[in-house]
Amino acid sequence: MAESYRRSRWSNGLFVVPYLSVFLTLLVFPLGWGIWLSLNKVDLFGGERFIGLKNYARVLSDPIFGQAVKNTVIFVGVSVPTLVVLGLFLALALNKTTKGSSFLRGVFFASSILSVTIVTLIWRIVFIPNDGLMALIFEYFGWQPIGFLSTTGWSLFSVGVATVWWCIGLPMMLFLAALQQIPKDLYEAAALDNTSRWRVLTRITLPSIKSTIMLVAIIQVVMQFQLFGQAQLMTNGGPAGSSRPIVMYIYEIGFLRWDIGMGAAASQILFLIILCAAMLQYWVSTRKEETDA
Amino acid sequence: MSASISIKNITKRYDSVTVLDDINLHIEDGEFVVFLGPSGCGKSTLLRMIAGLESITEGSIEIGEKRIDTLPPGQRGVAMVFQSYALYPHMTTRQNMAFGLENVKVAQDEIDRRVNDAAKILEIDHLLDRKPGRLSGGQRQRVAIGRAIVKEPKAFLFDEPLSNLDAALRGRTRLELAQLHQRLGSTMIFVTHDQVEAMTLADRIVIMHNQKIEQIGTPMEIYQYPVSRFVAEFVGSPPMSMLPINHIEKTADGVTVEVSGAGTVATAITLPAEFNAKDAVIGIRAEDTEVVSEQEDGLDLTIKVVERLGDRTLLYGTLVDGTELIAEDSGRSKVKAGDMVRVAISPHAAHIFDGDGRAHHSKMEV
Repeated sequence: MAESYRRSRWSNGLFVVPYLSVFLTLLVFPLGWGIWLSLNKVDLFGGERFIGLKNYARVLSDPIFGQAVKNTVIFVGVSVPTLVVLGLFLALALNKTTKGSSFLRGVFFASSILSVTIVTLIWRIVFIPNDGLMALIFEYFGWQPIGFLSTTGWSLFSVGVATVWWCIGLPMMLFLAALQQIPKDLYEAAALDNTSRWRVLTRITLPSIKSTIMLVAIIQVVMQFQLFGQAQLMTNGGPAGSSRPIVMYIYEIGFLRWDIGMGAAASQILFLIILCAAMLQYWVSTRKEETDA
Repeated sequence: MSASISIKNITKRYDSVTVLDDINLHIEDGEFVVFLGPSGCGKSTLLRMIAGLESITEGSIEIGEKRIDTLPPGQRGVAMVFQSYALYPHMTTRQNMAFGLENVKVAQDEIDRRVNDAAKILEIDHLLDRKPGRLSGGQRQRVAIGRAIVKEPKAFLFDEPLSNLDAALRGRTRLELAQLHQRLGSTMIFVTHDQVEAMTLADRIVIMHNQKIEQIGTPMEIYQYPVSRFVAEFVGSPPMSMLPINHIEKTADGVTVEVSGAGTVATAITLPAEFNAKDAVIGIRAEDTEVVSEQEDGLDLTIKVVERLGDRTLLYGTLVDGTELIAEDSGRSKVKAGDMVRVAISPHAAHIFDGDGRAHHSKMEV
């Protein structure tokens, strides 16, 4: 009897077949196909011709791609820390059992369920010149109006503000869940240890939710590198490409210029950038943990 | 360093629910007091109120001569060992122990001295650089005690600290806690629902029941002279057998009671004139019984279960009317389940509880 349990059988593999088939069809196959496309000259309506790494060379030597990478890196570099810090701040402020805090949690999370179209519509109303909310505020105080969506620098900033507003719900909820996992008696021990509020935060709360901070940061890095909808709908990448992210570049190459091969090559590069960023973040955090131990 | 604790008229209410009702207690400097009671009796709440982790609705708490119930927990001069130990998981043993001292800006060399001394006392000096995750339950327990010791508090508060340990370790740690108390001579309050811990550790036991203190006394006072039926049934293992009384007759030495159709038991208890005989019972501990020959006076017991503990044998049986009685025989007892034995009861050892649960004992030493 025990022998039959111990022996591994090929038929046991059937248990993973449903998932494996979905995984292969929807993830591995498109990834492989994408890589294959990136090595070919492919037209949206024409055939394929193998050209090796030429698509990559074309993408990497394209100054517009360079600009898109720079925009995206700046965007990620500013929006991700903002999302982490703001999400954490909201979670700390709302980690209570009062009705008011439950209501506010709902309010802050509500933006997450909106579609990108609605979000950008709302923020266009805020930022649009002349009749937008910001324009009215600037006018009220008699300040010089700023073209939030049409000025280099400000356009990416505006997309960032809309993105943080849209995405803040998930980090806040993840942090709240993590905060509620911290045993209450740790805080009681800290109270008996005469610990100041700042030291409670830095020596007890933050170390206890370290892995969640890391998780939120990695999720957000992966998500924000794929910025597209907000930029497309709010600024259309402008002015002069100053708010064009990588995905928008891929879209333009693939679907407006119909150069699928080059678009696929840019996608692979984006994939590598995201992978490296996430791995780097993971490596930095685990290395620090080892030195702590 | 250590100090006395005075709890005066403490009441705790959550909205309309009263958790503690007018508690008064004085704990002497250096005394080891155990709060004992069933779950929900308010013993942990009382401890947490002394620590400052729960607010008090009415009353006051003083440590030494100083009123402390208005101070934050860290300024009360008490240290607490939690049931779950509550060690900071990302800090090493040394950091855990030093954390409270760093917070109040104790000099580093003084911190080192205290941590090293405490680690030596508790034999955890080789664990100082490990984090709690790499310690066993018993080791964590010691670190938690170490964290309390280094603070050199006026009083130690223990909230069921042994309940997460296995039986063997619990016994050993209990012994070590007793030694620690002797060594430090500090005031200690220990909350438990385990009567063995209470009996072995306490200078005095505070029995709590229904939001009130039921009895305060030394372990032997509590055991031999329980003030109520609740205390009598709660303390002692196996529990005291309670036999319904049908009739009471005064004798020269005390009273003789007729136990529900099973016979009579002579006692040396003198009952007051206002004794409430309705629902009165006689309480008998197993060790106050003796298996005797059929010619002698006693109650006939039909044995249902025999528990052989080596040094003694416990006989669980029923009297004629079905009332349960636990008797004790020697370790070499030949009694088997199904046998009928005659059990005699020592007249000075029985307790009578009136209808209100109040106890009456023999005035003589048992």
